[in-house]
Amino acid sequence: MTAITRTGSRSEADFGLLPIFAAAVAGLILIYFSGFAQASQYHDSAHDTRHTLAFPCH
Amino acid sequence: MTARIFASALFAGLLAGLIAVLLQWALMEKLILEGEEYETGAKSHFAGVLVLNEDGETAEQAAESGVAAEEEEESLATRYALAFFAAFVTWVGWALLMVAGFALAEKYGQRITMKDAILWGVAGFGAIHVMTGIGLAPELPGTPAAELELRQLWWMTTAATAIIAFALMAYGRKLLYIVIGLALLIAPHLIGAPRLDGYAGVAPPELSGEYVARSYAVAFIAWVLLGLFAGYFWTRKKIT
Repeated sequence: MTAITRTGSRSEADFGLLPIFAAAVAGLILIYFSGFAQASQYHDSAHDTRHTLAFPCH
Repeated sequence: MTARIFASALFAGLLAGLIAVLLQWALMEKLILEGEEYETGAKSHFAGVLVLNEDGETAEQAAESGVAAEEEEESLATRYALAFFAAFVTWVGWALLMVAGFALAEKYGQRITMKDAILWGVAGFGAIHVMTGIGLAPELPGTPAAELELRQLWWMTTAATAIIAFALMAYGRKLLYIVIGLALLIAPHLIGAPRLDGYAGVAPPELSGEYVARSYAVAFIAWVLLGLFAGYFWTRKKIT
């Protein structure tokens, strides 16, 4: 049964882990800069957003 | 596939970020600025004494502060603009992680529907805000707290374990996975978040309370919408 339901999306499901990994790493880098990096230009730029979204800030 | 992942995440993150920053402007900025007034000592709060929010300026003082007000306005515009940028970076970041999760689930035969995607949004709010908030409440500027690096470390660990725990519980479906999930959810709280030994906040508790409630509201709305938008773009056939 599962095999049948999967055939429709085989081409879509047929991909490697690399794009997934790349997207996850890109996401983590963005979150790092907006939420965690302490260099003052990142901290000051993202200050209000960090507070709003409850990232630990200063 | 790469294009589908990145395009869905970008669109969903930009839309959720736009709504998040509008909510931040409307609901949070005023409270943040007011918190900073207490932080810098421009306003002070003493137990039981009503601090009026209007400042009764004389005409002379008003003329003097005219130039300062202009400068302030400019820096305020910069702040709002930076918030706009920071919100996009943050929400595209979360969107990339969420869509990477969709792709991973799909690779292992779990088709993500719109309904799933919205639940992922709720789970994101649960992991990133509720589970971390148990130990580290959202802070109004000026709230004294434990050492930053320790809090960041605890926050990251708690958020990451909560995401893994939710995934195990939702998709593992075996008793063992659920037990491991529960253990992962509880562990950071048994270790405990870094905290101060006492309280030294300078802002009125009402202001802090209002701030925390709104912070959760903004986060919840933005996370649910992120799930919705990510699900919409991910399940759309044309994007590839």
